[in-house]
Amino acid sequence: MNSLTEDLDRIFRSEDRDLLERLARAAQEMTGQYHGNAIALYAPLYISNYCSNRCVYCGFRADAGLKRKRLTLEEVGKECRALSETGIRSCLLLTGESRRQSPPSYIKEAVRIACRYFTDVSLEIYPLDVDEYRELYRAGADGVTIYQETYDRRLYDELHLAGPKKDYDYRFQAPERIAQAGFRHIGMGALLGLADWREDVPRLFSHLRYMEKTYPGVEYSLSFPRIRPVEGDPRQYHEVSDRDMVRIISVARLLFPRSGINLSTRETGAFRDRVIGFGITKMSAGSSTRVGGYAEREEDYDDGQFQVHDTRSLPEIKSMLTSKGYDPVITDWRNIVND
Amino acid sequence: MEDRLVIGGRELKSRFLIGTGKFGNKQVMREAIVSSGAELVTVALRRIDIENNNENILAFIPENITLMINTSGARNAREAVRIARIAREAGYGNWVKIEVINDSRYLLPDNYETVKATEALAADGFIVLPYMNPDLYAARDLVRAGAAAIMPLGSFIGSNQGLRLKILIDVLIEEIDEVPIIVDAGIGLPSHAARAMEAGADAVLVNTAVAVAADPVRMAVAFSKAIEAGRMACLAGAGREQRTAAASSPLAGFLYNE
Repeated sequence: MNSLTEDLDRIFRSEDRDLLERLARAAQEMTGQYHGNAIALYAPLYISNYCSNRCVYCGFRADAGLKRKRLTLEEVGKECRALSETGIRSCLLLTGESRRQSPPSYIKEAVRIACRYFTDVSLEIYPLDVDEYRELYRAGADGVTIYQETYDRRLYDELHLAGPKKDYDYRFQAPERIAQAGFRHIGMGALLGLADWREDVPRLFSHLRYMEKTYPGVEYSLSFPRIRPVEGDPRQYHEVSDRDMVRIISVARLLFPRSGINLSTRETGAFRDRVIGFGITKMSAGSSTRVGGYAEREEDYDDGQFQVHDTRSLPEIKSMLTSKGYDPVITDWRNIVND
Repeated sequence: MEDRLVIGGRELKSRFLIGTGKFGNKQVMREAIVSSGAELVTVALRRIDIENNNENILAFIPENITLMINTSGARNAREAVRIARIAREAGYGNWVKIEVINDSRYLLPDNYETVKATEALAADGFIVLPYMNPDLYAARDLVRAGAAAIMPLGSFIGSNQGLRLKILIDVLIEEIDEVPIIVDAGIGLPSHAARAMEAGADAVLVNTAVAVAADPVRMAVAFSKAIEAGRMACLAGAGREQRTAAASSPLAGFLYNE
């Protein structure tokens, strides 16, 4: 172990209340210094939930028995319009992993459509080759988010029962391929709780540090989603307490002053409101994790990928931020022609 | 002697340029701009919601202010040029602060790409103010490329570290007299700004130090006064820094009938 890893391990295992307080304060100060009071807002938009993977922890897994849906391109347009009418200008397009049902060519068309409604379109999709990523970049997408889920190879193999996602290395190397394709934002993260987060988080940091050194021109952001057990998954996961989350977010901010840190709607509104100041620069607002969930809010044809705990609308999130002295930023990027 | 600052054909009374990022709310930003007395304000195109006027940051920029769009987010000259042209097409004028940054950790500007962008945009009729690493060769290239001013960084952007690069900025102040030198980035305190002005900088651009102050409006006033004081000291012929003490009454004065 190198000294940073040792320090992180000590900090992550410490129950010293005073240390946690100091970490949180330092992180808060650094966030203000580097990012000011701005919090960028975006919303996810699920275009397909077909999936050929069987990840034991996921509500979208191939054998989950839920109704599958892929939006037609016309529906993608309607969905984009409905979401953009809420005031959202930055959109994250998501698909399950099914090359047959949602091939790169389909995602590319969806990107083209989304670019008519949003100034900033990012993707959270299955890993692709460099050439495929480049096609999506040229179509107008500017960012890609990909989570390694866990950096514990053995566990990774155990949790991903079947499907292309079983290939750990192909996923691990995806951020490099995304950077090589020209993307300007890359989101990275681990699904906390699959493994002991005290081991996964330092490995995520090493992964990000490697990316920063190798592709310094990219703007990076980190996410720390906590596992929420889904129906039919009997496994016991590692606990990630609220205190742990504050440790993780604070340390991430101190090690990566410029990186974005994203806070998921998996978290409750009350928790989100409390931790914003420790390093958060990005939040989703008014999120639906259902395919077609914006145009047809009421229709109950499937379940989302995970349960949204913070159900507040965009105006509600904005007024919460304003009341806490933050500036909700609706546009933080405007697509220029990518080539 | 009249002390005039002219950039791109516009005479500016204030030598305080202000940035618009990081403020907690846009109303406070507006008040800070007003109290700063700044006449030239920079806004990142990426932060402007062009299609939505209600929450558009520009609605909070006071009138009579010259807007200078910046190319935040550009990683090379090509992207900076595109951003500037999008801004002009959207009706935001032809003043542009070029920021070409291809390092997300230090946010240091890429001088080579900055020169290329300056050349392209100046030839296209823009009034170009490039943000740069204080390097004499690059500064000369920027002047040749048609820059309306040169904006060297004092230290890392947003770092509040002040004039860490002063010895290099001094060289630019000494050698570049074709266009104004504006110290941009890293200025954390009014005293840093005063020091830059005392050293002979023509103006100072500040953002973070005002935006994240507990009272941005008051901090804007403090900077404004410091910049004015620094300029006055420069014009008054500020004494040079000496490494040793120098007596106020010279010992050898009697030899010269003093």
